[in-house]
Amino acid sequence: MSVEVRLPTVLRQHAAGQSSVKANGTTIGEVFEDLVRQFPLLAGQVITEDGVLHKFVNVYRNDDDVRFLDKLATPVTEADVVTILPAVAGG
Amino acid sequence: MLRISRANWQAIIDHALSEATKPAEACGLLAGELGDIDVKAIFPCANAAPPEKQDLVYELDSGDYLRADREAQANGWEIIGVYHSHTHTEALPSPTDIAQAPDPAWHYILVSVRHPAPVVRSFMIVDGKVAEEPLVLERPAAPSADSRH
Repeated sequence: MSVEVRLPTVLRQHAAGQSSVKANGTTIGEVFEDLVRQFPLLAGQVITEDGVLHKFVNVYRNDDDVRFLDKLATPVTEADVVTILPAVAGG
Repeated sequence: MLRISRANWQAIIDHALSEATKPAEACGLLAGELGDIDVKAIFPCANAAPPEKQDLVYELDSGDYLRADREAQANGWEIIGVYHSHTHTEALPSPTDIAQAPDPAWHYILVSVRHPAPVVRSFMIVDGKVAEEPLVLERPAAPSADSRH
């Protein structure tokens, strides 16, 4: 299943400059595995080495932050849009 | 260099002053064209840090960011930076601000409301190195021909 993934400006350099790409999967985690297969430079940018969502990014399925859904196990369909944005914080 | 309208500059200061009464840090996003120096719009966002920590830290609300990003893209812009306030310290990026800076192409506006007169400065943060940049107020639009006498 092919899902649209929108990338923030800071990650586009790792995806041939594209702002939106297609990736396959039935969960957010599977979609990200396919994304890294297509664009190996994205490895470690969204998912940590331990296989969890990086704390420096926010990931959304349509309007919802997946941290408040089922994180990487959140299901997706072809009708969904996955958006990655930086988590912005400071002191 | 970053250029901003007087209205947006004042709106950032007003947001910082209003949050300072809690006291809390204010935060928001800057939109414009990629690689351009003009801030076309600002998007005030909620500080989603735990309430008891908001006077010292900010976490930009993730839902507010998504809405700002969509509105920016609908206008042909991107998010090109972030502003936030310091309630007790100067208008300089803190070690946390530097360590967590999300994008080397972004502009980072800092507002200090520590003193009676707010101070607003802008910085670039690349690979842990901070460089201040001139923050320029846009010249008000020239009066139209009809209004000149």
